[in-house]
Amino acid sequence: MIESQMDESRKKWRVVFLLLLFLLALGFILSISIGSVNIPFTHVWNYFWGSSENQIWDNIIQNFRIPKAITSILAGSALAISGLQMQTLFRNPLAGPFILGISSGAGLGVALVIFLGVWMGGFIEMTGVGRSWLLVGASGFGSFIVLSVVLIASFRIRSGISLLIIGLMFGSAVSALVSILQYFSQAENIQAYVIWTFGSLGSLSWGELYVMLPVILTSLLMSFLLSKPLNALLLGENYAESLGLNLRQARMLIIINTSLLAGTVTAFCGPIAFIGLAVPHIARMLFNTGNHLLLTPLVILLGGILLLFFDIIAQLPGMDETLPINAITSLFGAPFVIWLILRKSNLNYRF
Amino acid sequence: MALLDILDLSIGYPPNKKLMENINMSQEKGQLIGLVGQNGVGKSTLIRTICGLQPKLSGTVNLSEANIENLSAKEIAKKISVVLTGKPESLNLSVLELVALGRHPYSGWLGNLNKIDREKIEESITLMEINYLTKKRLFELSDGQMQKVMIARALAQETELIILDEPTSHLDLKNKIDVLQLLKKIAKSGKGVLISTHEIQLSAQVCDQFWCMDFGQKMLVGEPKKLIASGELQDYLHIPKEVLI
Repeated sequence: MIESQMDESRKKWRVVFLLLLFLLALGFILSISIGSVNIPFTHVWNYFWGSSENQIWDNIIQNFRIPKAITSILAGSALAISGLQMQTLFRNPLAGPFILGISSGAGLGVALVIFLGVWMGGFIEMTGVGRSWLLVGASGFGSFIVLSVVLIASFRIRSGISLLIIGLMFGSAVSALVSILQYFSQAENIQAYVIWTFGSLGSLSWGELYVMLPVILTSLLMSFLLSKPLNALLLGENYAESLGLNLRQARMLIIINTSLLAGTVTAFCGPIAFIGLAVPHIARMLFNTGNHLLLTPLVILLGGILLLFFDIIAQLPGMDETLPINAITSLFGAPFVIWLILRKSNLNYRF
Repeated sequence: MALLDILDLSIGYPPNKKLMENINMSQEKGQLIGLVGQNGVGKSTLIRTICGLQPKLSGTVNLSEANIENLSAKEIAKKISVVLTGKPESLNLSVLELVALGRHPYSGWLGNLNKIDREKIEESITLMEINYLTKKRLFELSDGQMQKVMIARALAQETELIILDEPTSHLDLKNKIDVLQLLKKIAKSGKGVLISTHEIQLSAQVCDQFWCMDFGQKMLVGEPKKLIASGELQDYLHIPKEVLI
């Protein structure tokens, strides 16, 4: 009886995963083919088969579009999976990757660099590679400080909810510091900061990608190993412990893993909103499961696919302008989630 | 060899809330034991302390002659399974997935199930007579079905001792009797079953022993029907004699 039920579902899931992989590949090719410079699809095809004749187009594909497409996939997957893990860890449907203050910490780091850097006269003059690495460093350092405080708190506290509230409070306090910095700043610096908060997927060079890629891939692999403890946590903390789970250790690993994912993405791309909060819900509703052994790969794939397509929309195909990615994710994502809930089958959606 | 040995145990919450002290109890294989007493007397606290979910104040708890202090969470999980009051926090799982979670202490890093795991899951489902439910999701279940599914999960954990906190609360009379009888069947199969309950009349029919708790008193232990017939139980619980027959 059980064997047949398991075989049946195995078949179903194989189809789902093949479909998602196909969508990911499709999004990747579309993302490389579409942009403000019009490159014919035949050229993209030739580029991949090594028989290309237009150096400029090659350069655009090689150094702009491919890094951007890879960044979108990595950022989408990373944010979505850390959102899933936070939601399960805190048993809270409103939790997301930034719930413990990761983005506030990163924001403070960046704000300090922009505002104090200008004050010391260095920032505006500094351009290109140096400036981009400085922002990455500041943002990463900011997240790291917040993460350390939350981890120290997690040692002392048993209840997940208390930890969640400490994270929220810490995040608000840090945001307040950013407000004070803004209050005393010049208009153009505030604009530079606000532009950072819009998020950006297209600013990564291969050099930056070589740092981001291994960190994100390692943490994604780690996420698979965390599926089992997360499943136990679905029953509640007491049950999880009675199933032999070391609660403190599991919680610490989950927090470190999500912070690495969300912190790295925020450092390189800015605080990209919505994906982390919404993709886990979309996955649960579309595929009707709460089992993390399935949800982990589903959410990773879905996050990558969605951010890839949102980025294509943000490019405004056929036009010269691009829109901020943060506006697009929510603008197109929110109606999608509402539509999913209003479909009859999800009216009694259980988180 | 006793499955469970409680020696000089004090339970409560530090620093100064002691619920009960000098508890000395022991449970053998095949015994179904009922833990009775008023709300707030410390039944759940005792259960949580035995399972290692809460630190004891002093004393010793031995599981099959091994002190739980020397056991890891995983080793305890292979000796005791629990069914707590209230529903699990997530209801977005299938019944099969929930019962499969009982194999958590045995399965590998990714939680993949081998042949033995699957046999144990199937056995537990069959024993609890919930084969017709395996494809349902948890939020579709009635309270009675949910309780049986939770007990099946505890069975799949393959432990010698199963502890249940108020397994009959929220159930209708038929389901209460069903669940108690299934627990009796589990105890007969050679496991130890410890339940806390307010269904004194019903559980007296199936339990081999009652452990009675009252504020600031020594525990009263004995065979349920004898305790009721002599009126000792009613006295101890501060209720009129004629309420229990």
